[in-house]
Amino acid sequence: MNMINSLISGLSLGSVYSIIALGYTMVYGISKMLNFAHGDIIMVGSYISFCLTTYVGMPGWAALIGAVAVCTVLGIVIERLAYRPLRGTGSLSVLITAIGVSYFLQNMALLVWGANPRVFKSLFKGLEPIRLAEGQIIITAESFFTIIVCVVIMVGLTLFVHKSKAGKAMRAVSEDNGAAQLMGINVNQSISLTFAIGSGLAAVAGVLMCSAYPVLMPTTGAMPGIKAFTAAVLGGIGSIPGAMVGGLILGTIEIFSRAYISTELSDAIVFACLVIVLLVKPTGLFGKKISEKV
Amino acid sequence: MVRKKKIKAPATPKRLLKGAVKGSEYKREAFIAYAILILGYGFLQLGAGLGIIGHNLQGQFVPICVYVSLAISLNLVVGISGELSLGHAGFMAVGAFSGVVMARILETYISVSSVQLLLSMIFGALVAALAGLLIGIPILGLRGDYLAIVTLAFGEIVRNIMNVLYFGIDETGLRFAFNHTIPLADNSQRIITGAIGATGIRQKASFTAGIFLALFTLFIVLNIKNSKHGRAIMAIRDNRIAGESIGLDVKKFKLTAFVVSAGLAGMAGALFAQNYSTLAPIKFSFNTSVLILVFVVLGGIGNIWGGIIAAALLTILPEALRQFADYRMLTYAIVLILVMIATYNPTIKSTLQMRIHKVTSRIKKRRKETGKEVA
Repeated sequence: MNMINSLISGLSLGSVYSIIALGYTMVYGISKMLNFAHGDIIMVGSYISFCLTTYVGMPGWAALIGAVAVCTVLGIVIERLAYRPLRGTGSLSVLITAIGVSYFLQNMALLVWGANPRVFKSLFKGLEPIRLAEGQIIITAESFFTIIVCVVIMVGLTLFVHKSKAGKAMRAVSEDNGAAQLMGINVNQSISLTFAIGSGLAAVAGVLMCSAYPVLMPTTGAMPGIKAFTAAVLGGIGSIPGAMVGGLILGTIEIFSRAYISTELSDAIVFACLVIVLLVKPTGLFGKKISEKV
Repeated sequence: MVRKKKIKAPATPKRLLKGAVKGSEYKREAFIAYAILILGYGFLQLGAGLGIIGHNLQGQFVPICVYVSLAISLNLVVGISGELSLGHAGFMAVGAFSGVVMARILETYISVSSVQLLLSMIFGALVAALAGLLIGIPILGLRGDYLAIVTLAFGEIVRNIMNVLYFGIDETGLRFAFNHTIPLADNSQRIITGAIGATGIRQKASFTAGIFLALFTLFIVLNIKNSKHGRAIMAIRDNRIAGESIGLDVKKFKLTAFVVSAGLAGMAGALFAQNYSTLAPIKFSFNTSVLILVFVVLGGIGNIWGGIIAAALLTILPEALRQFADYRMLTYAIVLILVMIATYNPTIKSTLQMRIHKVTSRIKKRRKETGKEVA
């Protein structure tokens, strides 16, 4: 029974990683850059939601929508101001700029909200946990809704990317930037849209994560950001189902190694798993192998 | 008099490997890099002696040297070998902690502290190079960003293991354990205690030792870059398939660069550790790896003296911004973003180049005119 409980909390944590990893993977797919500021957008989203519920007195769902709106705008603004001037100049220069943005967001949060950890009020406060098998299996409302939300986002995003015109344009741009432009696709708009979606998802992930683990600090987003990035790579970066599966696997491994091996070493085990997977399958689980032409 | 124009032969791969093409450029680069280090050392030493440089900044002398050498050694992987490494702090940590343990052991056998420092640094370098070899053999087959994430993972694994590592010394010898305190005899010492890190380190590092470390690192990296080996590494970086097709062993060359870079990072780590009395594993987090990468990219990828200047300036910058207090790191972030955009944005870059070109051509013209007058 303990195993099943661990599995459920693992899947719940993994769902959060999945949602963050989706943002990473989409941004990587379309602009070939590692957006290290993504983790900090999670943190900003959580703080916005925290402020809206605590100081304005909004209900949880309204605060969530507010956080998503703010982060969406933030994502677009960051792309416009910091990344677009450097487009096409090699991935390293954009990577360092992303790190600069990450420092900026963290220190801005430090100035605005202070260094003291805040206790985040769960979005699902007051909801009873679901008990199965005579109360031996407990599914908290947080876990339940996190998993549901993750599945909904995953299905919605897949449909959007494959069926809608904007989604098709996004795929075209990530396939071949120049050719897409020649076909009359507005590349700038597509990239902005990707950043908007990724950042909005980051806000959702932040609120869900802080509902389950309610400590909020300016550095809250950093570690989940790195782990979600790992998840995206594990699943094959650039692939949407890959991000989903990678996130779930990573979260489950983390919770299991915390429960059965060692709390302190759980991160090391997670990263070691990534290394092993990449050694066996060098482009991740769902990654495309691109053959080079001479 | 008709002057003969020297015609440069095209840079064929064979000529490139022989080093016949860019020899003078290497000499120029080496000269600038050595000059910066030696002059910098002279100026800082002079400033400290005259009392111009305050104590806060003097405390930064050893870290500056350490970061300068880390930037040089990372340049070997990122600039010369063309692989993105996000785990340089991991190698630094391996070198730091093994160096500390070695230094403690040596204290009973050797009385001269500079010899202790030197030997512990060499030991740190060897252990870090071994770690580089172990991690490098399996992962160097990966390409691009996948390699980057594995090096990131390596750095995190090292930090995690350091967090639970306990090391002690008593009459029976060295003892170590994971995850719990170790049984030790009464008059014994703990060297490394988990998340608290290494404690009771004797501070042996000095600015002079630091500058020797930086010079040594520079010497090694420049020599590799200017050797047949280094040119092979760069040929692979520029075109992997072409390199393979002329018979270069890609994995071997990449591995050499990786291992040497890891060893040099370990050496720097060992010196860094012996600049403090305590050293926590948190010092070697992902942020540190990123910081070193920032030096390399900001200095111009592959440009070694650029990296030296960037490392020195960016280590001083937070110290210099201290008067802004809370806004210090925020300013740092904004400066970083703006400098990146200014140096890499194509429009800004080309306007800057045009300006420079205008100025230089004007100077040349003037020189020509004055030269005619003299004749």
